[in-house]
Amino acid sequence: MTAQSYDAGWLVGLYRRMVLLREFEDRVKLLFLEGSMPGTIHQYQGQEACGVGVCAALEPGDVITSTHRPHGHALARGLTVDEVMGELYGKVTGCCKGKGGSMHVGDLSKGMLPAIAIVGGGLPIAAGMALAYKMGGEKRIAVSFMGDGATNEGIFHEALNMAAIWDLPVLYVVENNLYAASTSVKMTVKTPRISDRAAAYGMRGVTIDGNDVLGVYETTRELAAAARSGKGPTLLELMTYRITGHSRRDPALYQPEEERKAALANEPIGRFGRWLVAENVRTQADLDAIRAEVKAEVQGAVDRAIAAPEPRPEDALEDLFV
Amino acid sequence: MSRRLGIAEALREGIAEEMRRDPKVFCIGEDIGIPGGWGGAFTVTYGLEKEFASRMVNTPIAEAGLMGVALGAALMGMRPIADVQYGDFLFCAMDQVANQVAKMRYMSGGKAQVPMVMRAPVGVTGRGAQHAQMMEPFFVPLPGIKILVPSTAYDAKGLLKSAVRDGNPVLIFEHKLLYGSKGPRSESGTVDASSDIPDGEYTVPIGKGIVRREGTDVTVVGTHLMMHRSLEAAQALSKEGISVEVIDPRSLVPFDWELLKTSVAKTNRLVVVEESPKRGGLGAEIAATLAEEMIDSLAAPIVRVAAPNTPAPFSPPMERFYVPQVSRIAEGIRGLMAMS
Repeated sequence: MTAQSYDAGWLVGLYRRMVLLREFEDRVKLLFLEGSMPGTIHQYQGQEACGVGVCAALEPGDVITSTHRPHGHALARGLTVDEVMGELYGKVTGCCKGKGGSMHVGDLSKGMLPAIAIVGGGLPIAAGMALAYKMGGEKRIAVSFMGDGATNEGIFHEALNMAAIWDLPVLYVVENNLYAASTSVKMTVKTPRISDRAAAYGMRGVTIDGNDVLGVYETTRELAAAARSGKGPTLLELMTYRITGHSRRDPALYQPEEERKAALANEPIGRFGRWLVAENVRTQADLDAIRAEVKAEVQGAVDRAIAAPEPRPEDALEDLFV
Repeated sequence: MSRRLGIAEALREGIAEEMRRDPKVFCIGEDIGIPGGWGGAFTVTYGLEKEFASRMVNTPIAEAGLMGVALGAALMGMRPIADVQYGDFLFCAMDQVANQVAKMRYMSGGKAQVPMVMRAPVGVTGRGAQHAQMMEPFFVPLPGIKILVPSTAYDAKGLLKSAVRDGNPVLIFEHKLLYGSKGPRSESGTVDASSDIPDGEYTVPIGKGIVRREGTDVTVVGTHLMMHRSLEAAQALSKEGISVEVIDPRSLVPFDWELLKTSVAKTNRLVVVEESPKRGGLGAEIAATLAEEMIDSLAAPIVRVAAPNTPAPFSPPMERFYVPQVSRIAEGIRGLMAMS
């Protein structure tokens, strides 16, 4: 792959988006640890190429479902930093007006269902959205993100089977970061690759490097086109690594030091940045400037979220029924 | 003009009318839309595939999956009518129904819409413990789903049509002994719940109960089969000089508290009849609410006639003991009258 195949501005846009996800999460981690942010957090550091690469290949009319670890998916799909940060602070400016919180960020009008924090819960819903597209003759697709842990839930079987028998326009994207919370995937999955399970449903299964943002983009584009043209769903496994804890203050002591070191050397933003410099798309100084801009953007969102109005307590009674 | 229809036929007619009216309405469930099949476990969707072949989505045996699929379609503007073959199977679908369907609109801050109908047969009907439960007590405490309990064919059709048009998740519990299912899927021990169904269009409003029999001495509340048995008990007690008012709530969520309170303000006495175990049931909720809000109107304690706190037994004599019979309901009412 050479940079000449792509528009330079678009490549830098991908880089900037990944940096945004990283800076957002790093800032949120500090805010959480200092105790100024309410709730709990499940973070995305290290997996940025998955969300950004997949979402870069989607059309505006497509929809994604996400998980308890959704901040990156929301920012990759195009929710604003203010909407996501506001939601984490429980403010009325949040994408769910403070009713959702960290684990439920999303906005259907922007192509993302409020994230679903029950592991595997979004899988049949994505199939249902795809069924609606198919029944309506629309060329839209649904993308359902999940972790490796979700592939051991019973609902994984029900959802993928239905998606396959009806040739639904849906992509099931497994971000295999090797750990379901603290439990290694080696202890919970017998097949060499999670994508091997696709064969049980008569579905395509593909495993690729999830830390290569361009590779993720290209593969997703191909599989999305197949889904869009009636060729049915795919189980796409992206091999990646979470370079932060599972949640809250988790120091991730279950990740062996050597494995972690290798993962840090392979993390997607550094990798893509080095490639952009080697391909003469941008200089390291340009990339440093982007990071500084993004940092300022995130800080601005933090300041605005803190200043934003709290919901009225009795707003808790609204939004149950139409 | 009108025709005499049972609940299964009336529901079928209501579903067909809504599917004709709105191309977004579709059915999704197990063993539906199969030529030569049954139309679901109790014939409600029998034959609809002839007119709506592409809108009868027959699923694998996957209750959680099918409820999730229905939810996804609803979020995209479709109007699914999703059914399970027995209410008991809703436990298999519990994450989708309780965590996803019920909460999606709220969690989204009101931005996501879930115009979705769910249907589930209930009733203790000679099948042992796992095809027998009254599921209402598990769902009434769950915010985000409206719950309907029709006991007549007229209400079943009218409420179903209201549910399809409501725009929110609505769960309809239908009683197996009241369906009036015909042919190879007919039931033994059924009760006639048929109605004269008008030829013209009508709906029954969600959240409105109805007085099935007027009386002055005691108010009796019951749904489904228990409503019919309460009417029988009321008839028997009238010969003893006890005037019983029978209320059929028709909706459990929202509940027509005004109707009930107006009745109890008149009779000053209340009996709640339940086919489900007494612990944590509808009677508990009604009794607590009336104790909070109008205890001074009560001339005697509230009486609950309910199933015991066990699973439903199979053997017919044990089942008859388990489910309140007309005699047990009458006994409960007499006991209450003796207290005051």
